[in-house]
Amino acid sequence: MKRSGIIEVALGVLLVSGLAGVWQLQKKIDVQRQALQEERDELVLRSPKLIKRMSLEYAPLMGALYWTRAVQYYGEKHRLQQIRQGNLELLWPLLDITTTLDPNLIVAYRFGSTFLSDAPPRGAGDPDHAVELLRRGVIANPDYWRLYQDMGNVYYFDKKDYARASEAFAEGAKNPQAAIWMKVMAAKIAAEGESLETSYFLWRDIYQTAQEPQIKKNAELHLRLVKVDLDLRELNRLANEYERRSGRRATKLSELVQAGLLPQVPADPDGYPYVLGEGGKADLNVYSPMLGEKLMNK
Amino acid sequence: MRVDTGEVFGFLGPNGAGKTTTIKLLVRLIFPDGGSARILGKSIDDVSMHQEIGYLPEQPYFYDYLTAAELLDYFARFHRLTATDRQTRVENILKKVGLETAKKIQLRKYSKGMLQRAGLAQAILHDPQVVILDEPMSGLDPLGRREVRDIILELKKEGRTVLFSTHILSDAEMLCDRVGVLVGGKLRGVGTPEEMVGIKTQGMEILFEVAEGKNLPLLAKATRTGERYRVQMPEEELYGAIEQLRAAGARILSVAQIKPTLEDFFMNLVEADRAQANAVEVSGK
Amino acid sequence: MKNVWTVATNTFREAVRDRVLFNLVFFALLMMGAAILVGQISIGIEESVIVSLGLTAISVIGLFIAVFIGVGLVSKEMDKRTLYALLAKPVERWEFLLGKFCGLVMTLTVNTAAMAVGLYLALWTVKHTLEKSDGWILVAVYLILLKLALIVALALLFSCFTTPFLAILFTAGIYVAGVFAGDLRTVQAVDLSPATMNLLKGVSYLLPNFENFNVMGAVAHGRAVPGALVRQATLYAVVYGAVVLAAASAIFSRRNLK
Repeated sequence: MKRSGIIEVALGVLLVSGLAGVWQLQKKIDVQRQALQEERDELVLRSPKLIKRMSLEYAPLMGALYWTRAVQYYGEKHRLQQIRQGNLELLWPLLDITTTLDPNLIVAYRFGSTFLSDAPPRGAGDPDHAVELLRRGVIANPDYWRLYQDMGNVYYFDKKDYARASEAFAEGAKNPQAAIWMKVMAAKIAAEGESLETSYFLWRDIYQTAQEPQIKKNAELHLRLVKVDLDLRELNRLANEYERRSGRRATKLSELVQAGLLPQVPADPDGYPYVLGEGGKADLNVYSPMLGEKLMNK
Repeated sequence: MRVDTGEVFGFLGPNGAGKTTTIKLLVRLIFPDGGSARILGKSIDDVSMHQEIGYLPEQPYFYDYLTAAELLDYFARFHRLTATDRQTRVENILKKVGLETAKKIQLRKYSKGMLQRAGLAQAILHDPQVVILDEPMSGLDPLGRREVRDIILELKKEGRTVLFSTHILSDAEMLCDRVGVLVGGKLRGVGTPEEMVGIKTQGMEILFEVAEGKNLPLLAKATRTGERYRVQMPEEELYGAIEQLRAAGARILSVAQIKPTLEDFFMNLVEADRAQANAVEVSGK
Repeated sequence: MKNVWTVATNTFREAVRDRVLFNLVFFALLMMGAAILVGQISIGIEESVIVSLGLTAISVIGLFIAVFIGVGLVSKEMDKRTLYALLAKPVERWEFLLGKFCGLVMTLTVNTAAMAVGLYLALWTVKHTLEKSDGWILVAVYLILLKLALIVALALLFSCFTTPFLAILFTAGIYVAGVFAGDLRTVQAVDLSPATMNLLKGVSYLLPNFENFNVMGAVAHGRAVPGALVRQATLYAVVYGAVVLAAASAIFSRRNLK
C-alpha cells in the first residue's frame, strides 16, 4: 500500500515539475521570438470574398471578429503614438473584410470613416477608402442617415470637396428621421464652402452624438482645435477694432479688457489665457499644452 | 417444401449452408430473386402477417441502453395489445425465461445467455402462432440449452409451430418432428430425423480396463490411453468381444454405437445426392 | 402512424441516455459564457457578438449532432443488428425510418431549446433586460432547427446505401455545397459556355439552399425577419425533406440486410 502511495506522489511531483519546466521554456522562447522582430502586423488572408466563403453561414460572427481585430490594431498604434503616413495600412483591409462579412455592422463604417480619412497622427489619411466604405454602408443600411453625415464630414474636412459634401448632407436629410440641421448644413456648405463655424458645428455634433469612445475622443480633439481658431479669429478682430479706435496696436489683451472690448481675458480650452504675440496678433499662451497639440495635428 | 401446423421443424446444415439466409428471406430481411413463400396462408410480403410470427435472430444484440423490461415493452408496442395486456405479458414472459430478477438492468450488462433468453422472450411475447428461431442454442451453456429446449417443447405443447435452425445434430434429434437438410445453399432432403440420419451405424465401441499381462487377442486392435483401452468392432462381433473381456476379468466401462460425425453425415448426403440428381433449390420455394 | 411514434420515442430515449449529447449541450452553454467575455472586448457590439456567437454555437453543435447521429440512426442499427428483431415485427420499413427521423428531430428540438435558453441568459447577464427585438432570436433558432431537420433527412438518405464514413462525408459535403448554392446561381466566369452556366444554375436549384435558413446577420442587429421568409422557408424544408425521406424509404425498403 505504501509503495503505490509513494509512486503516486512521485508521479505527481514529476507532472508538476514538468509543467513548470514547460512554462519557463515558453518564456524563453517568447524572448527569442521577440528578438527576431517578427512583424506581428500580418493579414494573411486578404480577400474579403474568400473569407466570406470560408465563413459558410457564420459570416456575421467572423465580421465581429475582424472588427475586434481592426479596433485593436488601431488602438495599439494610437496608444504607442506610432501613427504616421503609410503605417496604418492594414486598417482599410480589415474594415473592408469586416463590412463584407457583416454589412450591417454600423459601428465599423463610422469608425472607418473617422480613422481612415483623418490625417496622421490621428488616422490613416486615406479619405478615398473612407468614402468607398461609406458608400457600401449606405447601400446596406439605407435607413441609417448618419452614414451620410459621416460621408459629408469626410468630403468637407479631408477631401475639401464642398460640392460633394453638400450633396451628402442633402441626401441624408431626405430621411424623415434625420436631424434638421442636415438640410441647413447642405445649403450652408454649398454656399460658403469651408468655414470655422461650420467646422465647429459638425465636430460638435459628432462629439455629442457618437457612442464609440474613440470616435468621441477624436471629435473632441478637433473641436478644441477649431475652438482655438475661432477664439483667435475673434481676438484678432477685437484687436483690429482696438487699433482702429485707439490708433495703436495693443500689446496685451488686458488693454482690450480695459477698453471695454472684452469682459475679461479669455482662456483656451485648457484654461490658459490667450496672449497677444508678435505684431499684436492673438496667440496661445506659451505654457498651454494646446500649442503642442496644434503643432502635432497640423 | 412445407412446414405443417404444430410441427417442430429443424433446419439442419453446416455453417454457411444457407440456413440463416432462408430464415431471413422468410422474415423479409432479405428479398428473393425469384419464387415465393407463404406463412399462415399470407405472402411473406404482407406486413400484417408479422403479427402472428415471432423471430429470434442469430447472435442477437439489442439496444444496450434499455433494460429487458423496456425492450420487451418497446417491441410489444408494435403488436395490437392494450397497455395493461402488454404489461402483464411482459411480466409473465420475463418469469418464463428466467429474467425476472434482471429485468431492470440495462442489456449492456447482460451475459450472452441472458441476451439469448431476452431474445427468446421478445419472440414469443405476443403469443405468435409461428416461432422462427435462428440458432437458438448458440453460445449457451448446457443449462441454458436445456432451458431453451424446454421452452421449445412447451411451445409445441401449446400447439404452436416452431421452425429453428441448428448445426447440432443431437438438438435436432431430440426436438424435431421433421428436419430439412441444407448443404451449400440447396435443400438436400426433408424427413424425420431418423430418416435423414439413418445411416447404418459403423459398429460398436467398447471402453474397458484390464490388468497387465492378460492374454487378450482384443488388445491387438485396441488403442490405449493410460489405464484405459478403446476397441471397435462390427456389431455382430459385439457379444464375442464382451465374452472375451469377461473371461479376462476386464472391467467394462462403456459400450456404445459409433455414431457418424457430422462431416460423415453430410458427405454421405452429398454423394447420395449426386446419385439421385434430385435437388430442390432453396431460394424462396 | 402509431408505429412511427413508437420508434420516435425510443430514438428520443436513446438520445437522452447517450451522455455525448449532454456534453455537447454543456459545451454550447460554455460557449454562451465565452460569448459574454468576448462581448466585453469588442467595443460597441457586445450584444451583437453574443447573439452571433450563440447562434453559431447552436448551429454548429446542431450540425454535428445532425450529421453524426443522423448517420448513425440507421447505420448503428444495421451494424449491431438490433434492427433484425425489430423488422420481423408488424412494422413497415418506412415507418421505422420516419420514426428514427422524428426521434432525432425531437432530440434536436430539445437541445436547441436548451441552448437558446442559455443564449437568452447570456443576453440577460449583459443587458439586465430583454427587449421585444430579442424575440427575433427565437425565429433564427427555429430556422436553424428547420435546417438541421433537413440535414438529418439527408444523413438518413446517405446512410441507407453507403458506409457510415462515406455517409458522413457526403452529408457534410452536401451541407457545404448547399451553403454555396446561392452563389452558384450568380457565378460569373468568363470562359464558361451557356450550357455549363445553365447546368450550374440547375444544380444550384436542386441543391438544398441552406442560406434560406440563415438570418443571423439580421437578428444579430435586432432587425426583424419577414414573416413571408419564415413561411416559405418552412414550406421549403417540408417539401425538400419529404422528397429526401421518400427516397430514403424507397432505398431502404429494398435493401437486403445480410
